[in-house]
Amino acid sequence: MARYIALIVAFVIMIGIFAVGLDRDPTKLPSPLIDKPAPEYELPRVKDPLSTVGSADYAGQMVLVNIWATWCVGCRAEHDYLLQLAARSEIPIYGINWRDERDAALSWLQQLGDPYVASAYDEDGRVGIDWGVYGAPETFLISAGGSVMYKHVGPMNEATWQGEFMPRIAAQSGATR
Amino acid sequence: MKRVLVFFVALLISLTASAIDTGAAFEDPEMQARYENLISEVRCLVCQNQTIKDSNVFLAADLRREIRRMMTEGMTDAEIADFLVARYGDFVLYNPRKSGRTLILWITPALLLGIGAFVIVRVVRDRMKMPIDDDALKS
Repeated sequence: MARYIALIVAFVIMIGIFAVGLDRDPTKLPSPLIDKPAPEYELPRVKDPLSTVGSADYAGQMVLVNIWATWCVGCRAEHDYLLQLAARSEIPIYGINWRDERDAALSWLQQLGDPYVASAYDEDGRVGIDWGVYGAPETFLISAGGSVMYKHVGPMNEATWQGEFMPRIAAQSGATR
Repeated sequence: MKRVLVFFVALLISLTASAIDTGAAFEDPEMQARYENLISEVRCLVCQNQTIKDSNVFLAADLRREIRRMMTEGMTDAEIADFLVARYGDFVLYNPRKSGRTLILWITPALLLGIGAFVIVRVVRDRMKMPIDDDALKS
């Protein structure tokens, strides 16, 4: 009898492991940066190569840092949503234009609209590596204290905003009050 | 006919011969060996089942460039691995560290082997205790 119980327990454990494993997306990797200080950077602006934008510009503020590029299909998909988010002025969005061409990035912002406070121009992907970027679009939630609260890989939409970002923002602003 | 065949075989070989890593080799052969070893240990996170040595996506090229830079700056292999893990997580190394969260990866196979051995020993012992029944074979 004990043998059958052991078998059933082993079976249930395996089913449990498979059920969890099947539900996971192997292309979405956990970021080791969560709860760590966000990487610092200072890069030329997309819109003005002579002036820079970087992590110092949003020190002390809770912001989104969005990694985007004109060659990235998901970025196109989320662009309208980012514009909405910016229009509601819920949170400042800083862009990092990753491994792109400046002309393409400029016409993208001109034609589709610019949801960003400013976009940094990471031409050689050096800053992208510091952020552990492996596939645009990626969106980081940065706390006022400058640490990474959350990372979302893939296009942003209302569901991820409400489901993943809002609760964390609410918890943070509750804690600091 | 033979010429055509030779042409196509040459074409097939030329595809595999095209170099992915376009950077110049290190002058020091020891450095080059270290570099080759490092890039074949680092996973390309875009094309997850390739190393950055085998992949020609730009992220792999960027990582090769960074590894090159760190090596010329005199960083050790362990420091370079730390740099990558701090940014991309344990998954970036094909041979993950034996620590903390990855411990389960290293323990589980041994554990399963142990459970299997235990079960086999138990089953064999139980069967050895059973009376030998010759009639069962005849039926």
